[in-house]
Amino acid sequence: MYVAVKGGERAIDNAHAFLAEERRGAPDIAELTVPQIREQLRLAVNRVMAEGSLYDPDLAALAIKQARGDLIEAIFLIRAYRTTLPRHGASQPIDTGKMSITRRVSATFKDAPGGQILGPTFDYTHRLLDFTLAANGEAPAAPVAPASPDPVPHITKFLNRDGLIETAPPAEDTPADLTREPLSLPASRPLRLQALARGDEGFVLSLAYSTQRGYGRTHAFVGELRIGTVAVEMQVPELGFAVEIGEIEVTECETVNQFKGSKTEPPQFTRGYGLSFGQTERKSIAMALVDRALRWKELGEDNSGAPAQDEEFVLAHCDNIQATGFLEHIKLPHYVDFQSELELIRHLRAEAQAARQEAAE
Amino acid sequence: MPDEYNFAYLDEQTKRMIRRAILKGVAVPGYQVPFASREMPMPYGWGTGGVQVTAACLVPADVLKVIDQGADDTTNAVSIRKFFQRTAGVAVTEATGEASVIQTRHRIPEQALREDQILVYQVPIPEPLRFLEPRETETRKMHALEEYGLMHVKLYEDIARHGQIATSYAYPVKVEGRYVMDPSPIPKFDNPKLSDCAALQLFGAGREQRIYALPPYTKVVSLDFEDHPFTPSKADHDCDLCGASDSYLDEVITDDQGGRMFVCSDTDFCRCRREAGHVGRLGGEA
Repeated sequence: MYVAVKGGERAIDNAHAFLAEERRGAPDIAELTVPQIREQLRLAVNRVMAEGSLYDPDLAALAIKQARGDLIEAIFLIRAYRTTLPRHGASQPIDTGKMSITRRVSATFKDAPGGQILGPTFDYTHRLLDFTLAANGEAPAAPVAPASPDPVPHITKFLNRDGLIETAPPAEDTPADLTREPLSLPASRPLRLQALARGDEGFVLSLAYSTQRGYGRTHAFVGELRIGTVAVEMQVPELGFAVEIGEIEVTECETVNQFKGSKTEPPQFTRGYGLSFGQTERKSIAMALVDRALRWKELGEDNSGAPAQDEEFVLAHCDNIQATGFLEHIKLPHYVDFQSELELIRHLRAEAQAARQEAAE
Repeated sequence: MPDEYNFAYLDEQTKRMIRRAILKGVAVPGYQVPFASREMPMPYGWGTGGVQVTAACLVPADVLKVIDQGADDTTNAVSIRKFFQRTAGVAVTEATGEASVIQTRHRIPEQALREDQILVYQVPIPEPLRFLEPRETETRKMHALEEYGLMHVKLYEDIARHGQIATSYAYPVKVEGRYVMDPSPIPKFDNPKLSDCAALQLFGAGREQRIYALPPYTKVVSLDFEDHPFTPSKADHDCDLCGASDSYLDEVITDDQGGRMFVCSDTDFCRCRREAGHVGRLGGEA
């Protein structure tokens, strides 16, 4: 006799035990430690922090370990943890002009105050597999130079001095929090930037790429890409002044884009902006391009119907936790709705057959 | 309270925010209320909207039932039930009549619900017009203006092409003559149970950040035409285990020779009938 499938609970427990074993891998291989992941898989950690919207390298490393290296799963773990955290307040805006720079390049000027600093980049590595790493070869120590005491002002400031680029006055209002209020459209630029900052790197990358290939082109130059640490300060009401509560590493990208101009205003370059946690250059540059493409309306440009110009399309689909959840949920049971489709299609086929028979007679 | 989490996982501020959305939904039946959906410890698509609504409704005295596809023992129903046992410590049951809160995915229980019960639906796409118009900015306008022509054209085109309305689940309804509403992907067989239901019906869509509601005894009409009236449908069989002729059936493949059997999708309903002595075509063989 048929017995309905039972034992879902035991199946789940067993699946979890199996998963834990698979996560560990062969027990004769040394287990990865969280500090090892934090130090040696730093770019993975950065991505998890950026898209998880939580700056905590240790937790990100733990999430990567727990997720078996599946970064979207790791981001999900961080997001789910993040929602449970109490909000003590908001920090002061970080000042990226005062960043302790580890890398800073401009594609628009050969040299500028503060100089070009390549920093730890893959840019000019030849992509040849390094077999000494497989043999656990130690990296030679990098040469060290003292940090320059000179300020490293933003490149766009130079352009701005001559009025060549649009001004970006600081916003007066506190921006809305995407994680505390439902997204409503049209969204403000701060809200769009929030969504892009936690958006999927791959999705934002492809959208940005599409603008370069003509789907909403904005002629972007990387005015400046800077990576380094900045202080996070918070106003403490009892003290009446801001105190530093920590330091975070961020990547900031400012693009210089095609001009706008009108009868009253002479032509000016326009801006795109990207900012993300850690060294996350691809994400930050892509974000700046998509930000700029989304600004078509305020800059009086044409909507060419390009995906990257479509605020609703971009904001509704850039979150990989939402996307992967909805995509993967179709593997859950759908017996009931499928059954109703089965009945319908059988019915429709029977009617079509009957009609054909009738026509033949 | 088990673990270090707040009762029913969510913090009280979040629950308050969700309750406000629920109250607004109850006040405007069928209207989709935006709410600041939280990231839950289970994926979007697994019922995060329903889970948040349930969490906001639960009190320690509640008795919770969770079903998926009508069954209490489907993996995700087991998982969600376990989540609330762990985070809220509430009593759970499989008996429809004993539950004060029932969270469901894709079904309405066969047994009529009572005034002291709440039915919480998990909703994937709350917008009934979504597949006719993908833009939220447009569909919100269409609801505001009560502009549902597009939906009627779609239903009419179905009839022109297939001779009948080719929607078998998530069949659109109109609530109290005002809002067109997606009843979640329940089979259209269940649609009549939406109307004039004694229980409070709440719908939660986590990823889409929407909550909507049907207060008790709300009039809910499945969209149709005078000459093509709505017909709830199910497999043309009786349950092979309990013999019920009036319950929604799952089709189960029993061999590779085309053998199949039909069983109630509502496992509690089927169990109760068998315990009461009803026997179906294959139910007596064990």
